[in-house]
Amino acid sequence: MNFDKEFDASGLSCPLPILKTKKALADMASGQVLKMIATDCGSVKDMQAFADQTGNPLLSQSEEGGKYIFFMKKK
Amino acid sequence: MTTKKMAIIASKGTLDMAYPPFILASTAAALGYEVQIFFTFYGLQLLRKDLSDVKISPLANPAMPMPVPMPVFVQMLPGMESMATMMMKQKMKKKGVASLEELRSLCQEAEVKFIACQMTVDLFEFEKSDFIDGVEWGGAAMFMGFAGDTDVCLFV
Repeated sequence: MNFDKEFDASGLSCPLPILKTKKALADMASGQVLKMIATDCGSVKDMQAFADQTGNPLLSQSEEGGKYIFFMKKK
Repeated sequence: MTTKKMAIIASKGTLDMAYPPFILASTAAALGYEVQIFFTFYGLQLLRKDLSDVKISPLANPAMPMPVPMPVFVQMLPGMESMATMMMKQKMKKKGVASLEELRSLCQEAEVKFIACQMTVDLFEFEKSDFIDGVEWGGAAMFMGFAGDTDVCLFV
């Protein structure tokens, strides 16, 4: 999937992946896509909850070798 | 859509009890909530510039996981509290848990409002200059002015 910005939250625990996602989205334009990588398995449900509550759609999430990869579109 | 609001009372000043208010406040702010934390009694210690006195005690804390079983009379020896705090901080760092300082500044960046209890300051004769910038001083009525209109209100 194409993306406009990427950041790696590997090794960080709750709530840092969410807080850093929020920060990363802050300076993106509407419609742009953020790729986020995390190792915290709690981030799977947290990212979905973040998407539901903020209205930024979570386009996809997948797991690869212990890493969780999220693509989120800025609303 | 109206902005959701959350109010938290932070009344404890130990390392373990310092995390929930800052974690919830920073997360709620990231979700778009307007957040205030009212720091009272021992919770006021969490607003000091220097957080090195915020510690965890193994004493009277039977749920605290210990690397080796430790009888209570050992836990009360001098230095045990500092050792437990050091070990806990090392573990948190290793597991990627944010430091209190980091979470606190993330809260401030996200415009979480910190209210410090004026009565506690007077009671313990604290120096206001020992506290971080951006703190508002107030009382119970001021807190209720905000808390009365919130979606989530917690006492920690």
